[in-house]
Amino acid sequence: MPQQVPRLLAVFAAAVLALIIARGFLVPDTFGDIGHFRAAALDSIVAREKKYAGHQECTLCHSQVQEIRLAGNHSGVNCETCHGPAADHVAAPMDLKPDAPRGRDLCVLCHQYNPTRPTGFPQVDPVAHNPLVPCMSCHEPHAPEPPVVPGECSACHGQIARQKAVSHHATLPCTTCHAAPEQHRADPRSVQPTKPEARDFCGACHAQDLPGIPQVNLRTHNPDYQCWQCHYPHFPETD
Amino acid sequence: MTGDENAADRDMRSPDDEQLDRREFINEMLAACGTAAPVLLGVIGVPLAARAQNLEYDPTEHSYGMGIDIQKCIGCGRCVQACTTENEVPEDPHFTNTWIERYIIRANDEVEVDSIEAGMHGFPPPSTEQGILKTFFVPKLCNHCEEAPCVQVCPVGATFTTQDGVVLVDDDYCIGCRYCIQACPYGARYLHPDKHVAGKCTFCYHRLVEGLVPACVEVCPTGARLFGEIEGQPTPLARFMRFNSLQVLKPHLNTKPRVYYANLDGEVS
Repeated sequence: MPQQVPRLLAVFAAAVLALIIARGFLVPDTFGDIGHFRAAALDSIVAREKKYAGHQECTLCHSQVQEIRLAGNHSGVNCETCHGPAADHVAAPMDLKPDAPRGRDLCVLCHQYNPTRPTGFPQVDPVAHNPLVPCMSCHEPHAPEPPVVPGECSACHGQIARQKAVSHHATLPCTTCHAAPEQHRADPRSVQPTKPEARDFCGACHAQDLPGIPQVNLRTHNPDYQCWQCHYPHFPETD
Repeated sequence: MTGDENAADRDMRSPDDEQLDRREFINEMLAACGTAAPVLLGVIGVPLAARAQNLEYDPTEHSYGMGIDIQKCIGCGRCVQACTTENEVPEDPHFTNTWIERYIIRANDEVEVDSIEAGMHGFPPPSTEQGILKTFFVPKLCNHCEEAPCVQVCPVGATFTTQDGVVLVDDDYCIGCRYCIQACPYGARYLHPDKHVAGKCTFCYHRLVEGLVPACVEVCPTGARLFGEIEGQPTPLARFMRFNSLQVLKPHLNTKPRVYYANLDGEVS
């Protein structure tokens, strides 16, 4: 064997050894234990302090409030949504108290009228709706209800009312097309108002020869469809 | 061990006039391995033993995801506020783990998207309602992609996917190079202004291991955000995924997001 071969081998062996030792110093501890990352990072991430205790913790002590809340309209709203982070209150219940907002600012975050909000979500105009009166003087925040039965449909169906008010159907009261049982006002979801069911209902005006009302022939005008499949009755087309 | 050292010493003393035979070569190699072994053991063995203590939570049993129902979001911003508090994100509208976008689509096909202070303090009503065809809120956050581009590009392995499907950042190891911020197609990452490392949504991993839901889900008043297991176990998310037709953001990028939307408009990307 030529002399340089063992020497080269020795050099290579030394290089490999140096590489292994260098890798030992350069690659951080626990790298690659689970995947291509430092497994110890999980420990430091898991060790982060939590600020929100979770509603399960709250109900251990505040079970009465929980019962009221679950029976009312805020049953899906967890405690810390309004009262803020409460993990420190759980740790020291007597010394650190969570927020108990009593003004109007927090309520309007959800209940101020905004057309982007889903239809049917209860919304008010905070400027016009009993200004300066704290919401909780009329509404129990844990199980809010309208304090009086709404007089107008627009109290709840504001978006529809606003659209209808600028449409060709502005002068028609809601009761022209819908019959709302009295119970619907007190308990909206128990009884639904009626809706027109057939083309003839619209035809009562639009198939007659009445001045100022667009006319169609119900027999020839797209007889396979109901009127409201193309036209939105609360905001019909202008032409 | 003593014999190995002797062999090495002999080789050191007379490197020139002595030729290595096979026996000596093997001896030297064994000596080298003997030196390297403690180093290797130190790298792999000790931390493995240390990690074995903290194993009440088994990540292999979970596969997390989030569901978002666009029709339920009221844009109150409680999720953004809670996330910022829970994760100690700086109170700066440019740096949030989650945010809410408001889409206003007008009858003349104009689309307006805004996110005022990330939606943290809610949204004022638009100046005019005239001509609005449709409008809705879209909560967004890290999609915790199964094929996460940010994980692929990280040059040091500081961002990674856990066994339960959460994409996390190793704060102590991140070098702040911003590659991941460039790579994320959803704009879900930012450079933390104080720590100078990449910041992002963690699905509140520190809460998950305790069996809690992320802070944004905890405070969502309308149930627009749901959290749970994607497969295997009956959770609110499993029900949500069963009864809704689901969309994900930018499906053509094949990132396989774990955040699923219901009732999402095609305009949203």
